[in-house]
Amino acid sequence: MGDAKVIPFGPSGGEQPERPDGAGEGDTGEGRGRRRERERPSGEPEFTSGDGWEQRLARGLAFLRRRVRGDYEVDDFGYDPELTDQVLMSLLRPLYEKYFRVEVRGVEHIPDEGGALIVANHSGTLPLDGLMMQVAVHDHHPANRHLRLLAADLVFLLPAVGELARKAGHTLACAEDAARLLERGEAVGVMPEGYKGLGKPFGERYKLQRFGRGGFVATALRAGAPIVPCSIVGAEEIYPMVGNSRTLARLLGLPYFPVTPTFPWLGALGAVPLPTKWTIEFGEPIPTDDYPPGSADDPMLMFNLTDRVRETIQHTLYKLLVRRRSVFF
Amino acid sequence: MGKVVLVTGAARRLAGGLVERIRSEPGVERVVGVDTLRPAHAAGGAEFVRADIRRPEIARVLAEQRPDTVVHTDVDASPVGVHGAGGRGAVKETNVIGTMQLLAACQNAPTVSRLVVRSTTEVYGSTPRDPAVFDESTPPKSLPRGGFAKDAVEVEGYVRGFARRRPDVSVTVLRFAHLLGPSAESPLARYFALPVLPTVLGYDPRLQFVHEDDAVEALRIAAGEPRRGTINAGTFNVAGDGVLLLSQCARRLGRPELPLPLPALRWGRSALASVGVGDFSAEQLRLLTHGRVVRTSQMRETLGFEPRFTTAAALAVYAEARGPGLLPPESLAGAVDRLAAAVSPPASDGARAAAERRGGERSQEAPEHG
Repeated sequence: MGDAKVIPFGPSGGEQPERPDGAGEGDTGEGRGRRRERERPSGEPEFTSGDGWEQRLARGLAFLRRRVRGDYEVDDFGYDPELTDQVLMSLLRPLYEKYFRVEVRGVEHIPDEGGALIVANHSGTLPLDGLMMQVAVHDHHPANRHLRLLAADLVFLLPAVGELARKAGHTLACAEDAARLLERGEAVGVMPEGYKGLGKPFGERYKLQRFGRGGFVATALRAGAPIVPCSIVGAEEIYPMVGNSRTLARLLGLPYFPVTPTFPWLGALGAVPLPTKWTIEFGEPIPTDDYPPGSADDPMLMFNLTDRVRETIQHTLYKLLVRRRSVFF
Repeated sequence: MGKVVLVTGAARRLAGGLVERIRSEPGVERVVGVDTLRPAHAAGGAEFVRADIRRPEIARVLAEQRPDTVVHTDVDASPVGVHGAGGRGAVKETNVIGTMQLLAACQNAPTVSRLVVRSTTEVYGSTPRDPAVFDESTPPKSLPRGGFAKDAVEVEGYVRGFARRRPDVSVTVLRFAHLLGPSAESPLARYFALPVLPTVLGYDPRLQFVHEDDAVEALRIAAGEPRRGTINAGTFNVAGDGVLLLSQCARRLGRPELPLPLPALRWGRSALASVGVGDFSAEQLRLLTHGRVVRTSQMRETLGFEPRFTTAAALAVYAEARGPGLLPPESLAGAVDRLAAAVSPPASDGARAAAERRGGERSQEAPEHG
C-alpha cells in the first residue's frame, strides 16, 4: 500500500511530489530543503510565493490525497515533516511575521548539517518562544533545518497539544531522546530553565534562572554536537505575569497558574498575547568535540560549560535589551 | 540448533509456524510440541505431547523427551483455541504459573542448554513521561498494573531468576511488538478488525508491528546456534522498521475513526466489551493513548536478525487479508481526484494532459468508483 503512485497535478506536471521512502528521515529532510530552495530561490516563505492559485490548489489537493490514504511517513518520535511544512508552519507564520515581527540574527551559526544543540532562554508563561524559534530556524536557516524541540512531560499529557507537538517534531525533554536525536544528526532545541523560566514573575524578566542540572551539556558532549546559545527578547512581555495562584495551580495539576493584568479577568480574551516585537539571536557555536573521552562524566567541567552557555545567553540578552527602542516596536 | 527442540504453546499459529520452520533445519532430530489442545494446523512430522504446562506433569514430559532447546511461546494475551474460552484468569495462569512450572522443570532437566522465551514490548508500559523510544535497558516509568503486560513482566522476572540459577543455560527473551499478519491473533489485530475504530480524542499514538513470519524467524534464530559475529542470548526487542500513527493505520485500513474522550472510554470500557467491541483492556487503552516505539538496533547488530516486513508492510499484509473497510483509501483518493478535476480549469495543455493521465490512472486503480 505504501507504494501507491502519486500523480502530479498542475501545469508544472513534470515534477513528482517528493515522497520520502524508507525510515531514514534525515536525508528526506535535506531533500525537502533542497526542493524548497528550488521552488523559491528568492528565499521568500512559501505562502507568499508568486505561483498562481491553481498551482497552490493542485499542491493542496495532492497533499490531501496523500493524507486521506495515510500515505506519508513519520519518524520514531512521531514527527510528520509533511504536515509540519504544509500546515503547522503555515499556521504559525502569521504569528511569527505579522504579530511578533520576529527579527532573526546569526541563524547561520547553526551548522548546515549534523547534530547541534540549540540552548535558549525560556519565558512568556506559554511556550510560544519555542515555537517561534522553530519557525525562525525553519524559514531563515540556509539549509531550512527542522528544529526538534524538547518539551516538558505536561505537553504530552494534554490531549491534542501532545499530539500536535509530536507531529511538529517535539519530544520529551529527557537525556535518552536528546541523545538519540543528536546521534541522528538533528538540530535539537532545548530550554533548560524549564518551568522556572517560563513561569517567572514579570519583575524578574530577562534574569536567567538556574539551567536545570546541566544535563544538556553532558548530552551534547557525548554526541560531540556543538552548543549554539540562543537569546530570545520579546517573549517575556507577551503575558506579564504579575501573580501566581498556587492554589489554582495545585488544583489543576499545573506547575503555576498565571495571573496577568488581563487573565483570568477577561477570560479567553485575556489570553491573547501582547503584540511585542521579538528578536531571536543565535550566538557563536561552542564546540564540544575537542574534549577527551569521558569528559561528560566530569561534573566540574559540566558546571563550567553550563555557566559559560548561561553567561553567553545572559550577556546577549542585555545587549539586545539595550539596543531595543521599545517593547512593541 | 539443538537435536531435540521442545516448543510450548504448540496449538497457536506462531508456534505452529516455528515447528514447521525448524523441522527441516539440519541437525534437528525431533521437534516436540506441547499444549493443552491438539494443534488445528497440520504440523506434519513434528511430535505432539498433550500436556498442561501449569501442572508438574511438564517435568515428566521434559524428563521423557530430554530436549536440549526449549522454546516457550505460550505467553500470550488471549486464550488458545476458541476465542474467549477460559477468560482472563486462565490466560494469566498459563502465562505466570505455566512459566514457573516450565522453568522449574527446566532447572531439573540437565539436558536443557538453551531457553527462548516469548515476551512483549508491553513490559515497557506507556506513559507520557517515558522517552519516545525504548531501549532494552530502559526501566519502565510505571510498571503495568494488570493484564497481559503485568504477566509478561512477571514472566521475565522468573526467567531472570532461572538464568541466575542455571548459568550454563543460554537464555533469550524476545520482546515482540504487536503481531500482525494474514492470520495473527493479537488484541491489536482484533481491534483493527472493528468496522469503526474507537480512538482516544486528542491522542495519536505511535505504533510498531512485527509480521508473524518475522516473529517465527526471530524465534528460530534465537533457538539455534548463534551465527558468527552474533550473540543470541539476552533480551531483544523485535519490531519491524518504521512507525505508523494510529490515524495512519486507520486510513490505510480504510476504517473510520471514532474519537472518544479518554474518561468516556475509561468508563465505557466494560460496556464496549459487553457488546463485543474488542477487548479494551486498561493497558490497550494506554497504548492507544500514548503509543510505544522500541529501538531495534540490538536485534540487528547483536542477534543478527533483519525483519523482512516493515511496520507499514505488516499492516498492508493485514489489510489485504481483511479486505477493505468502510472507507477504502482508493475511493477516498478517487474522490479527491474528482474534486481536483472539477475545480482545476483547463489552464494549459500540460494540465489537461495531467488530468487525462490522472483519469486513466484512477479508472485502473478503482474501477468501481472511476
